[in-house]
Amino acid sequence: MKIRSMAAILAATVVLPFAAANATDLEVTHWWTSGGEAAAVAELAKAFDATGNKWVDGAIAGSGGTARPIMVSRITGGDPMGATQFNHGRQAEELVEAGLMRDLTDVATKEKWKEIIKPASLLDSCTIDGKIYCAPVNIHSWQWLWLSNAAFEKAGVAVPKNWDEFVAAGPALEKAGIVPLAVGGQPWQAAGAFDVLMVAIAGKDTYYKVFKDKDEDVAAGAEIAKVFKAADDARRMSKGTNVQDWNQATNMVITGKAGGQIMGDWAQGEFALAGQTAGKDYTCLPGLGVNEVISTGGDAFYFPLLKDEEKSKAQEVLASTLLAPATQVAFNLKKGSLPVRGDVDLAAANDCMKKGLDILAKGNVIEGTDQLLSADSQKQKEDLFSEFFANPSMTPEDAQKRFADIIASAE
Amino acid sequence: MTGQAHTGRPSKLLRNLSSKIASIPMMLTAVVIFLGGTVWTVVYSFTNSKLLPRAKFVGLDQYERLWDAPRWIVSIQNLAIYGIFTLIFSLVIGFLLAALMDQKIRFENTFRTIFLYPFALSFIVTGLVWQWILNPEFGVQSVVRSLGWESFTFDPLYNSDIVIYGVLIAGLWQGTGLVMCLLLAGLRGIDEDIWKAARVDGIPMWKTYLFIVIPMMRPVFITTLVIIASGIVKVYDLVVAQTSGGPGISSEVPAKYVYDYMFQAQNLGQGFAASTMMLVTVAIIIVPWAYLEFGGRKRG
Amino acid sequence: MADTVSIKPGPALAAATKAGIEPRGAKPRRTLSGRNIMLYGTLAVAALYYLLPLYVMVVTSLKGMPEIRLGNIFSPPLEVTFEPWAKAWATACTGLNCDGLSRGFWNSVRITVPSTLISILVASVNGYALANWKFKGADLFFTILIVGAFIPYQVMIYPIVIVLREMGIYGTLTGLIIVHTIFGMPILTLLFRNYFSSLPEELFKAARIDGAGFWQIYFRIMLPMSLPIFVVAMILQITGIWNDFLFGVVFTRPEYYPMTVQLNNIVNSVQGVKEYNVNMAATLLTGAVPLFVYFVSGRLFVRGIAAGAVKG
Repeated sequence: MKIRSMAAILAATVVLPFAAANATDLEVTHWWTSGGEAAAVAELAKAFDATGNKWVDGAIAGSGGTARPIMVSRITGGDPMGATQFNHGRQAEELVEAGLMRDLTDVATKEKWKEIIKPASLLDSCTIDGKIYCAPVNIHSWQWLWLSNAAFEKAGVAVPKNWDEFVAAGPALEKAGIVPLAVGGQPWQAAGAFDVLMVAIAGKDTYYKVFKDKDEDVAAGAEIAKVFKAADDARRMSKGTNVQDWNQATNMVITGKAGGQIMGDWAQGEFALAGQTAGKDYTCLPGLGVNEVISTGGDAFYFPLLKDEEKSKAQEVLASTLLAPATQVAFNLKKGSLPVRGDVDLAAANDCMKKGLDILAKGNVIEGTDQLLSADSQKQKEDLFSEFFANPSMTPEDAQKRFADIIASAE
Repeated sequence: MTGQAHTGRPSKLLRNLSSKIASIPMMLTAVVIFLGGTVWTVVYSFTNSKLLPRAKFVGLDQYERLWDAPRWIVSIQNLAIYGIFTLIFSLVIGFLLAALMDQKIRFENTFRTIFLYPFALSFIVTGLVWQWILNPEFGVQSVVRSLGWESFTFDPLYNSDIVIYGVLIAGLWQGTGLVMCLLLAGLRGIDEDIWKAARVDGIPMWKTYLFIVIPMMRPVFITTLVIIASGIVKVYDLVVAQTSGGPGISSEVPAKYVYDYMFQAQNLGQGFAASTMMLVTVAIIIVPWAYLEFGGRKRG
Repeated sequence: MADTVSIKPGPALAAATKAGIEPRGAKPRRTLSGRNIMLYGTLAVAALYYLLPLYVMVVTSLKGMPEIRLGNIFSPPLEVTFEPWAKAWATACTGLNCDGLSRGFWNSVRITVPSTLISILVASVNGYALANWKFKGADLFFTILIVGAFIPYQVMIYPIVIVLREMGIYGTLTGLIIVHTIFGMPILTLLFRNYFSSLPEELFKAARIDGAGFWQIYFRIMLPMSLPIFVVAMILQITGIWNDFLFGVVFTRPEYYPMTVQLNNIVNSVQGVKEYNVNMAATLLTGAVPLFVYFVSGRLFVRGIAAGAVKG
């Protein structure tokens, strides 16, 4: 540990004087625009500006449909930005294959990314044909059940410790006029909740068989049927949610109008903003309290190939700045996510974040569906599950059939 | 009665030259952008292009998948309902308002601006505001209930069966002002003498509108129709802002399918296939009509 | 019935060219007749329906966030605050730039003014050529154009990126103006073509006999007779271009980003608390320019521009 962090700090200090000589403007596009996100980006910008260069901010709200066509157009239109955010995973593969993105292998080797980035799968998703094309900046995990302590108190039942207890508490919550499980209307929420249920109920191996090996027989089999059974429970318990955005659903948990929510660790920021404390006001159950495993999706920066030599140099500086220990700590504390290197100290982390760090340290991690499936398959899944959750007349069996079809056609 | 009237010109090509020169931007746009772009789109709908357009042809695969997708079918049904009602209501309401506005009323400017202002606001915001007003917890339903009618239920956005009508209410609010304005412009183009003549002949006002004025406004109605119809086919932002296609997939529309699959799913091929289907449908309806309307009738 | 409708071509030409824009007919009667009650009653009811959402927006934009969470969207603010307006205009953040909508305002003006003028000019000439100087094949181009009006914009992004890149104007203001002109063209051309062809044909014939050419007739007869339709075209274009977000960001660089980029970032931010009051204020501020234009240009809408002149 110690040697690694020393190496990283050394690397960071080596870069500084070299960069200061060539002050360059670098435009960085991203879709982090909400309060907490912007504060996190400001940390990145501050660290980059400190190298003597200038971060020119190009923020566009709205990840999927809004920001992405803009980024792709700029890159293919021959007027690329200096660096751009993308979810790492499979999204940028084609830009790389088209020769439009810059190979960062040199920087990565020099700074020993292969050794410092944990878990290694993060860097694997940046690697195409043995070359590294992106710099991961954080880890977000999906596998969390957030519970409102107040809601359970009102319903007169103990705060559940796992999914089964939670389902059992459902009727009591309903009787008290509380929606047991808040699921917002945005399609990705229903699909994400299903993936979480799958890891918790069917386990890591089945999860990989379905999403990594794309085994349609497993997807149509008995293990997954259990997951659909649980999804059916979740559907019943989510009736009456009537909100769209994920944070409105989180807000129902915060205010005790809902018992719980299955949502990624970014939900934590909402609890913090509302002044709530983990353990006292709300409870978090990683892996739904059943299977303490977290997935490691996250964000990464890609660097388009530029003609301007000075800007290319500035890109290298930015890449190493993003991964410098100080930047990692400052950024991830603001963002509410986990750092991508195991050798930094997050003393300021709250209880739930610490639980996450523990699981990470134990190595109980899986690759997220964003890394395993194409965006296309993800979208088909979203269509299926948003329909499933909204339409009580769709049987779990029918839904599973369609699910198996999606897995069968996935690449 | 156009340039053809001149017979003394030496060359066929030079005849009506100013008009041809003036139309160059239009010809370029039509051929290069619209025709070229469409052909390009159709060609790539037969490929498995993902994030970037690439010419790896896969035959009709994209189309087979499209017509197997429950979401696409729902989208088309929704578009049909939304389209028919939008056409009828915006034309009727728009014309009634325009006719009222044309009665030499006072405060014409104020009224016109009131009817038109929603058009100045983006669809995103229209969707947001109507999402609130129709929200059962703090919108119309809760207000009516607080007035004492406890069993009153009005939650179109949370009921799969009627959600598309909730979108319709917002769409009409945003768009009828422009229809009113267009038809008002048309009414203002009608000769004052026609009204006088009709009055002298003792024809009742409603008959004058129905049998004389409306037929005279045919070209303006056609413009209006095309504007409304193209808006209907392209409806997207409103649904995104108001319902995100929900609950479930019950308020999805075709344009949203196209965008979602092009950019979120990064499956350009699928998006192009969907947009090709939209275009084919539009072309089947419009081309024969356009030919009759614009080609058959000689004027000028 | 049709033969009661006659148009006197002669004086129209002369009069139309110098037509004023004052309303001609009799002054509105001020009596409280049944007809008037009906008329104004209907208009007032309709106006209420149109105004209700505006009311909700204004009221919301004047409330603080705690009050919004409590409540009824129709209730007036207990404590009026202009904070949301100030925030939307001057301090709301777009990523790292915390100067609100003000940042993009002038860019929006720089984009909207030339794009509106050029697109209307081009389309009105197209429409005029199609209505009055039709040449062989013109209808074919026009039909393509109309079908083009039905193509979802997003589908055309990549082909247009390629075209602009090959022309070497990708990322410039010129490129963006061309894009707006292209996408405004179908509807506007149709608008002008149909309007011009509904004008009394005799006007055009008489001018031709007087020996006037293509441009002379356009500027001296068609333009002055078509104010209402130019106003409609302006409404369409200013609204469309001012509210455009997609083209503004896809085809230009950040230094030209219009106000809607900030609006999108304020309204569309997915994470964090939704500040409805700031959203509403931002919306109203963004909509203010088109609204102002509607109100002012609306005065050109008065009856009798062309028709009134016929009476001479």
